[in-house]
Amino acid sequence: MSAELAEPASKIELPAGVGGGGEIPTFDITLRVRRYDPEVSAEAHWDDFKLTMYGTDRVLDALHKVKWDVDGSVSFRRSCAHGVCGSDAMRINGRNRLACKTLLKDLDTSKPITVEPIKGLPVEKDLIVDMEPFFQSFREVMPFLINKGHEPTKERLQSAEDRERFDDTTKCILCAACTSSCPVFWTDGQYFGPAAIVNAHRFIFDSRDDAGDMRLEILNDKEGVWRCRTTFNCSEACPRGIQVTQAIAEVKQAILARKI
Amino acid sequence: MQVHKYDVVIVGAGGAGMRAAIESGQRARTAVLTKLYPTRSHTGAAQGGMCAALANVEEDNWEWHTFDTIKGGDYLVDQDAAEVMAKEAIDAVLDLEKMGLPFNRTPEGRIDQRRFGGHTRDHGKAPVRRACYAADRTGHMILQTLYQNCVKHNVEFYNEYYVLDLLTVEEDAVREDGTPFKQKRVAGVVSYDLASGELHVFQAKSVVFASGGAGKVFKTTSNAHTLTGDGMGIAFRRGIPLEDMEFFQFHPTGLAGLGILLSEAARGEGAILRNSEGERFMERYAPTIKDLAPRDIVARSMANEVREGRGCGPNKDYVLLDLTHLEPAHIDAKLPDITEFARTYLGVEPYTEPVPVFPTAHYAMGGIPTNITTEVLQDNDTVVPGLYAAGEVACVSVHGSNRLGTNSLLDINVFGKRAGIAAAEYAKTADFVELPENPEAFTIQLLDVARNANGTEKVSAIRKELQDTMDANMQVFRTADTLNQVLKDIESFEERYTRINVQDKGKRFNLDLLEAVELGFLLELARVMTVAALHREESRGGHFREDFPDRDDEKFMKHSMAYKEDHAPADGSAEEAIAGVRLATKPVVFTRYEPMVRKY
Repeated sequence: MSAELAEPASKIELPAGVGGGGEIPTFDITLRVRRYDPEVSAEAHWDDFKLTMYGTDRVLDALHKVKWDVDGSVSFRRSCAHGVCGSDAMRINGRNRLACKTLLKDLDTSKPITVEPIKGLPVEKDLIVDMEPFFQSFREVMPFLINKGHEPTKERLQSAEDRERFDDTTKCILCAACTSSCPVFWTDGQYFGPAAIVNAHRFIFDSRDDAGDMRLEILNDKEGVWRCRTTFNCSEACPRGIQVTQAIAEVKQAILARKI
Repeated sequence: MQVHKYDVVIVGAGGAGMRAAIESGQRARTAVLTKLYPTRSHTGAAQGGMCAALANVEEDNWEWHTFDTIKGGDYLVDQDAAEVMAKEAIDAVLDLEKMGLPFNRTPEGRIDQRRFGGHTRDHGKAPVRRACYAADRTGHMILQTLYQNCVKHNVEFYNEYYVLDLLTVEEDAVREDGTPFKQKRVAGVVSYDLASGELHVFQAKSVVFASGGAGKVFKTTSNAHTLTGDGMGIAFRRGIPLEDMEFFQFHPTGLAGLGILLSEAARGEGAILRNSEGERFMERYAPTIKDLAPRDIVARSMANEVREGRGCGPNKDYVLLDLTHLEPAHIDAKLPDITEFARTYLGVEPYTEPVPVFPTAHYAMGGIPTNITTEVLQDNDTVVPGLYAAGEVACVSVHGSNRLGTNSLLDINVFGKRAGIAAAEYAKTADFVELPENPEAFTIQLLDVARNANGTEKVSAIRKELQDTMDANMQVFRTADTLNQVLKDIESFEERYTRINVQDKGKRFNLDLLEAVELGFLLELARVMTVAALHREESRGGHFREDFPDRDDEKFMKHSMAYKEDHAPADGSAEEAIAGVRLATKPVVFTRYEPMVRKY
């Protein structure tokens, strides 16, 4: 329940310069984009684009500048542009990130900024990969609430603590940054991968769910959680700050204990 | 070209589309066609909550919710539709909980509720806790939960299939009073497979449009790049009118300069707005509920503060959202995502610094007209059999001239469900309508115009100039002069649009071509919105005419219905065409609430 608050003051002294502002600095960058279009050539190659960008710009702004002003054929997915839809996961300077959440000023702009498709999924064109294998793994962990017994007339009760138990893994936006940063997934496309395990975790530890055992059985498979080598790439890659490796560890422990 | 056959085809996989698919998929053979992977839809960006009078934390009832919705919409709401929405809200929330949505909980384990703008106890006496929420990512949780349940029910998706045309046939028919008319019937849709560049025709008994809004007509917007009003544009081109298009909501708290949304939940949790003098200015504009006044009022108040020189920053062009009096732990628990946005994109720490904000184009109140069973209307009262619409693309109308916060998440769930059931039930008894000859001809022509254009005009440049003029002239404040300026600008943009250059000539994921097609929809819709705004010589809800600053119930207590020139009703009810758009009107449905002066 929301805390009752005292009425804030009708008027306050604002410190000078509050709220930021001022001139936004500009700087020059080279954006080095991995290009691949099987209609043109079977070989991938790099294209360099020299751009003048602003201090508030993100990698997505640089990609848009290329597409809109220089070369309309540069292809990438994007939608919300503020880190909630999960469309624009890509490999930026060798690390998986969302292009819309990565500010250029936080990268080393003295060197070319490399942008490549995420690894481990078939490349369709430029930065666009086939997401189907990723969603297939997601579907296989039964990522939906399974409940036995009678439906209550009102809501099911759940304590705030029980709700908190799986809060972290509800943040997943299915961008595939974690799964496609995993060295095991790169070499074995059959591995469920971190994102599917995260989404299984979200239900395994939900006190309202009755199918935890079934999901643990699925993840106990040879392509399941035991393939995880705890390299932490996934946790570092997650743009939502989910403790992915910890979630996988909790699933492993639950399999061993068979007790949720 | 391939032809597919389904009982029900749903266009769009956001909240409304997937809610419809869950119902329809269990009753009839259903396909969902979507421009984006389902979990990319902009429902996922909604933050604050979904209102329903559960009364879990304080006294509340759906009649109060109905009243707030009608008053919030400045009485242009169809009251029967608002009653349906407020009444069915309770089951809509419980449905989601049963599907697994992880709502925040009260100490007793019930769904927690919080305050939101315009939602009040007992007809405006004080703010009420009505918004059910999951931190500040309620939309994300709704989108994920609906997708999870689509997976559970094996809903068939065609991902990255961009629908470009609605196939209808017209039959001669006679009204009850003996006058002849052309009855439209739906036959299917034509879609463009982005991956291959191939066209696919979907023949269907029922078609549900759930393709979302058109925020990209504006420059400063909370909307995704992909929200280009395709569904509205397709329907309009095929002779379906668009209702109340002059009403576009500007959300008060977009991150200044960026437009990224900061939920009204911030103010629901106690944040307040201040001007450059440190003054909590909403005390002057809405003395009773202050910062929790409806969005149109808050947005206008902010714009007015800036206009009168009390804006902040080097250009005095924004105001501040102050959370500094809230406990950091409270902020972390209730508003984690939006405070992260302020840190990431503006470098501002909300614990200690107020956040620069300014209104951002957020939501189209208008859209494809439907009745309360979501059947699409081809005029004021003629249903198009088999055609349905729900969510932002539709106008039922539950939002009237200004939508209350959280009522969009509610709308997609209540009317998405209704659409799914209605479309499937209709398909059970209806026959397929024969496809017109060369069903793909219109789409091929549309694509060819863009594909073969070998001019010099850049799509991105025209789009930017369109967005600039819409921000400058069609935003919070409007006059006949500014609106005429927009129409003049659009005329030149449309001329330039015939001379564009699409650089990508390939078939595979040709998103260059996609953007050119999208711009065509944006231009068309901006024109419709502006013509409708020009006709409405009054100020109501989200539409504020400086040259007509008062609400004028005598002349304008009615919905506007915009028709593409050749498709206006032949009975003389439509005005002369302006910029190819003819305006007619439709009565507002009243049940029990008399229009009153709107004060908060």
